[in-house]
Amino acid sequence: MITIENLHAQVEGKKILNGIDLDVKPGEVHAIMGPNGSGKSTLSSVIAGHHDYEVTEGTMLLEGEDLSEISAEERAHKGIFLSFQYPVEIPGVSVTNFIKTAINANRKAHGLENMPANEMLKKIREKSALLEIDSRFLSRSLNEGFSGGEKKRNEIFQMAMLEPKLSILDETDSGLDIDALKIVANGVNKLRSKDNAIVVITHYQRLLEYIVPDFVHVLFDGKIVKSGTKDLALELEAKGYDWIKELA
Amino acid sequence: MDFKEKLLASHIAFEEEIDLTDPIHQVRIDSLKTFEVKGFPTRKDEAWKYTSLNTLIRKDYALFPKAETSIDLQKVKKYFLYEIDTYKVVFIDGVYSPFLSNTTHDGLDVCLMSAALTKAKYRDLINSYFNKIANQEDSLTSLNTSYTREGAYVYIPKGTVAEKPIEIIHFFTGEEKSLWLQPRNLIVVDQNAQVQIIERHQSLKEHDVVTNSVTEIYAHQDALIDYYKIQNDLTSASLIDNTYISQDRNSNVKVHTFSLGGKLIRNNLNFHQKGEHCDSTLKGITILEDKQHVDHFTLVDHSQPNCESHQDYKGVFAGESKGVFNGKIFVDRLAQKTNAFQQNNNILLDDKATVNTKPQLEIFADDVKCSHGCTVGQLDNDALFYLRSRGIPEKEAKALMTYAFANNVLESVKIPILKKRINLLIAKKLGVNLGLGL
Repeated sequence: MITIENLHAQVEGKKILNGIDLDVKPGEVHAIMGPNGSGKSTLSSVIAGHHDYEVTEGTMLLEGEDLSEISAEERAHKGIFLSFQYPVEIPGVSVTNFIKTAINANRKAHGLENMPANEMLKKIREKSALLEIDSRFLSRSLNEGFSGGEKKRNEIFQMAMLEPKLSILDETDSGLDIDALKIVANGVNKLRSKDNAIVVITHYQRLLEYIVPDFVHVLFDGKIVKSGTKDLALELEAKGYDWIKELA
Repeated sequence: MDFKEKLLASHIAFEEEIDLTDPIHQVRIDSLKTFEVKGFPTRKDEAWKYTSLNTLIRKDYALFPKAETSIDLQKVKKYFLYEIDTYKVVFIDGVYSPFLSNTTHDGLDVCLMSAALTKAKYRDLINSYFNKIANQEDSLTSLNTSYTREGAYVYIPKGTVAEKPIEIIHFFTGEEKSLWLQPRNLIVVDQNAQVQIIERHQSLKEHDVVTNSVTEIYAHQDALIDYYKIQNDLTSASLIDNTYISQDRNSNVKVHTFSLGGKLIRNNLNFHQKGEHCDSTLKGITILEDKQHVDHFTLVDHSQPNCESHQDYKGVFAGESKGVFNGKIFVDRLAQKTNAFQQNNNILLDDKATVNTKPQLEIFADDVKCSHGCTVGQLDNDALFYLRSRGIPEKEAKALMTYAFANNVLESVKIPILKKRINLLIAKKLGVNLGLGL
């Protein structure tokens, strides 16, 4: 699905990614773990196409296509979705209007007409139920005054509505209590298929009990220093991140 | 002869058309003297620091409208709130149009200033209200007063709720290549009465038209006034709007100003609270592009205790447009327990757009709550990226964000069809696709 080779990236002149290699195939779930400052969020921003980040070396290929010259919205049209660690508040734009705009923008990019209103309504109902989101919520301004759990559930609601090929979940578990975590994980698991892929970025192993990865990679100082199966996550949980620094 | 000289000289021709024995006429003469002494404001005047009238007054204008030109109703229907029943006072190039209007004397008076100024039955009312709150030291206001003859006159008697909104509309046909008009409106809402008024200026084709209007509004005890100004004219039209409002105790007056089109607009909006427990609301949405210029100069004069005022002006500026906001709040020594809130937030969409915003609070009482917040900024980059990461193209994402920014001022619009219209207008201006039930 996505092949990243020797990716180097910097922000405001500071080097954060120092040669990332990652190959994610359709149907797979990869977890990326690492201590704070290792470059986890940078990696997700770079894949999603945030303009503040500059790729200085290396390539990213989505289904064989080079992503480097493609804008953030075009990457979304090609099927990339980023669940933000800190979802942004957009006062005045309701959750419903936002998701309608996003869906129709994607349809337009593929030469399709707007989704008919009743189909849209049905889909919204279905997906909000999946994430246990109350309908009253949908008319609130996007992320404004939402709790951490509400924000993250809203991110996965958007993922469910947009049906991306490659989802990157950036610390989706941060700030969530166990109940919210279960709802979010359940939502993500329902969306897993053999045709899409998910990259779960997390600091803690806890989320991976619920969203079970096929592969776990450890990021340190902007490089992937070790890869393994889900057992690697348990090993990190037991030992912490210090022993990783010796491998780097 | 420059334009000021022309205005002074033409007054003689004006006098030939009116009744010189009318006591109002002395007011006109005195006002002309004030204008003669002060002249047009310049950039040296603090209140006009950011807004220059030079380009406007360098031109030559016809001062007296031609005889009534007629307009096909179908052509102008869209400028009315045609979906609902309203009273209307309509002027074409400054001349009253009976055909397009819908005046009344049934339970309330919605009619013409020219009638109110000349007929005996209005004599007392005119003596009590005419030119009593307008700022007589202000030169443009005085200029208008010196040429006062026509405009809208509204009187709502005690306890009456005007069941239909009143539309005051000025159309400009372009028959005169350039026109300087000075309508004068008088709105009196008696005790416990209510009214909604919509005022609009609209050119039907490009030509130089300048309107220097004065509106005096009196809200008696317990009165409720909801006033909407729609300023969405062509880029050849300019407007200097001088509105003076006097509020008696317990009255509630709201003025919404939508500045979406025109060459140069100057809104002088003045609230004078003369009784306790008054509530004053001043709100505005300004969306400009190209070389448009809008200046909101507001004054809320809290002279009595226990009153409230709320100001919320949002501005979006593209191209090389210019926005100015000067919000003066005066709190008298006696005006304890005043709650005065002022907010002016602006977004610059392009490098060459500029905004000058200045809160001006003069507070002489010590038990008050007064807040002010004036901001100028650009669209939040993180929010933009968030929208783009969902596939919303940059241009649409910017439009959606600016729409959301400006839109909340609409929440307090009480006429549903008007709210919908302005909503659509704003969305159209910002290029937001509204096929989504917004």
